[in-house]
Amino acid sequence: MHIVVPIKQVPETSNVQMDRETGTMIRSGSAAIVNPLDLYSLEAALQIREQIGGKITVITMGPPSAVKVLKEAIAMGCDEAVHISDRAFGGADTWATSYTLSEAIRKLEADIVITGERATDGDTGQVGPGIAAWLNMSLVTFTAHIKEISDSHIIAERLVEEGYQTVRAALPAVVTVVKEIATPRLPTLRGKKKSMQINIPVWDAEALHAKPEYLGLKGSPTRVVKIETPKVTRTCIMVKAIDEESVRNAVTQLIQFLDDRDLVPVQKRSGV
Amino acid sequence: MKDRDVWTLSEAHNGKLKTVSFELLSRGRALADTLGSRLCTVVLSDSLPEVELQKLISHNADIVYYVNNPCLKETVCETFANILQFLVKEYTPHVLLAAATTSGRSILPYLAVLVHTGLTADCTELSIEPETGNLLQTRPAIGGNIMATIKTPDHRPQMATIRPKSTRILSEDTTRTGEIIQVNWDPAWFDQRVSVLETREDIGDFVSLEEADIVISGGRGLKKRDNFQIIQELAETFGGEVGASRDAVDRGWANYPHQVGLSGKTISPRLYMGIGISGAVQHLAGIKTSECIVAVNSDEHANLLQVADFAIVGDLFSIVPEILRQLGQRMNTI
Ligand SMILES: Cc1cc2nc3c(=O)[nH]c(=O)nc-3n(C[C@H](O)[C@H](O)[C@H](O)COP(=O)(O)OP(=O)(O)OC[C@H]3O[C@@H](n4cnc5c(N)ncnc54)[C@H](O)[C@@H]3O)c2cc1C
Ligand SMILES: Nc1ncnc2c1ncn2[C@@H]1O[C@H](COP(=O)(O)O)[C@@H](O)[C@H]1O
Repeated sequence: MHIVVPIKQVPETSNVQMDRETGTMIRSGSAAIVNPLDLYSLEAALQIREQIGGKITVITMGPPSAVKVLKEAIAMGCDEAVHISDRAFGGADTWATSYTLSEAIRKLEADIVITGERATDGDTGQVGPGIAAWLNMSLVTFTAHIKEISDSHIIAERLVEEGYQTVRAALPAVVTVVKEIATPRLPTLRGKKKSMQINIPVWDAEALHAKPEYLGLKGSPTRVVKIETPKVTRTCIMVKAIDEESVRNAVTQLIQFLDDRDLVPVQKRSGV
Repeated sequence: MKDRDVWTLSEAHNGKLKTVSFELLSRGRALADTLGSRLCTVVLSDSLPEVELQKLISHNADIVYYVNNPCLKETVCETFANILQFLVKEYTPHVLLAAATTSGRSILPYLAVLVHTGLTADCTELSIEPETGNLLQTRPAIGGNIMATIKTPDHRPQMATIRPKSTRILSEDTTRTGEIIQVNWDPAWFDQRVSVLETREDIGDFVSLEEADIVISGGRGLKKRDNFQIIQELAETFGGEVGASRDAVDRGWANYPHQVGLSGKTISPRLYMGIGISGAVQHLAGIKTSECIVAVNSDEHANLLQVADFAIVGDLFSIVPEILRQLGQRMNTI
């Protein structure tokens, strides 16, 4: 079983504070980390390997610095890593990204590809399904539990609007996972050692035999035309409630406020 | 103008259309009017009564493309994308909108690759660029901290998924007329590699937060599991659903489907109430586009207050019971 896990390097946001004046993010430095939601796909891959054996290759498409996230994945216990990097890949949207990654995955001959639900920067969740389409693999999205996996198929529960939906999919398959799938483990000492020694190959456009017209910004059907920081349009009515009377008044004000917006429940009497 | 048609993908479940289908038609109508074009919608289903299809027309569709086959009982991404690929090639729509639901967010990115076009995820605003007729797709990114406007200049259709609840449904006009076109089934569309075995729908406290008008969330401020009950009570009183911060979920006070934020659900309810929630950026990422935000927090510097419309600064354990009391009184006097 060859499990391939594409992970993304994203800017760190957990220490971010909001600027009270402008309502924008204050980034404390711009440290790059593994997309937090990719820790769940890495953990899912590790658990599958524990269960049925096989090899995990972790891949990322990104600038030279992105090699750091691959090393982190190795430290968690992944077997091999490939860094997909070329100037030509820059500026790719999800269409071009999924193309580029799928060419690497094709080369790796994956049986199962596990991706995060979405990346916390671009926040699209489109790359996983895109990879499935490029490689004509089965697709299982929003996976919350893996119930059964073998060399030929996977049975998994998806978290959908109606509840948990159980699907059976033939391998090879792309599986995108949500946080509920597993609790990510920490890197081990042995893993860390390995990550320091491991030789991570870099694949460029030529190594992938990729179509140049499908790569990077040039190959991307979408264009960002404008980036705006939304103005804080909300003005907060703040009411303090410190004792019994002020609590009562504050709540009365709140209910009035909600009433003006038609948000207060009206109980229907039975029979009406 | 046929080559400028605006399309939406309607969603149906158990013989009924989902409300997101009508939200998409509200979006689509505005675009079609600007372009002077027709609004069409696609329905893929195993059985949908005629009255349901008519509802699409009375909610502004001019044409309904209806594909009806027992193989479409469950939404399977590959099969749905195959059908849409055929329809797109056959009818060449200018724009195709789907809901940013688990279905839309699976099918559209798959389709975008099949038909070689761009796709913008989870949009909250759409408009038409006057000079070109291109679709301008605006969406929150980086946890809602920026708004990015994206277009697809050279590929058709221009595709976007739209955040549920981010539009109001236009009122129904039963006098509207339109055409229902039955599309013949092609067995080649049916992809048998993925099959749905079952759906657990009746699990105790399962929620679909994305579809709720009102979400009342609790966080670590509730202090312990038993106290979380008052959030449940408040949500019931409001006819809303229970949400939770990651902290509350990690402590086992609520299940994962209730989690709101970066690693949980992104929602746009009409009313979001955060109780004992500090409003970390990761939490705000999931609620920023809510229509109205209310915070109850003992700390007047809590982050959530910065994005709130109304905040009560004080002890939730005295405030929430008072809300319940006053609402109860009100209901009894109506
Ligand atoms: C990668 C990543 C992803 C994440 N994803 C999410 C996510 O999806 N959703 C999410 O919510 N978080 C997420 N987080 C976690 C987030 O950073 C915060 O840790 C979390 O939201 C805090 O939860 P909280 O507000 O319940 O707790 P706290 O931050 O501890 O806030 C509790 C609040 O309750 C108030 N309070 C206490 N007692 C009372 C009282 N008696 N009356 C009134 N108010 C009271 C306090 O003033 C405080 O503001 C994520 C973090 C990371 C790093
Ligand atoms: N540049 C990238 N390199 C590797 N994997 C990626 C990259 N971009 C996205 N992915 C994968 O696709 C998932 C969804 O990302 P996105 O569609 O960008 O939200 C992520 O969780 C990753 O598994």
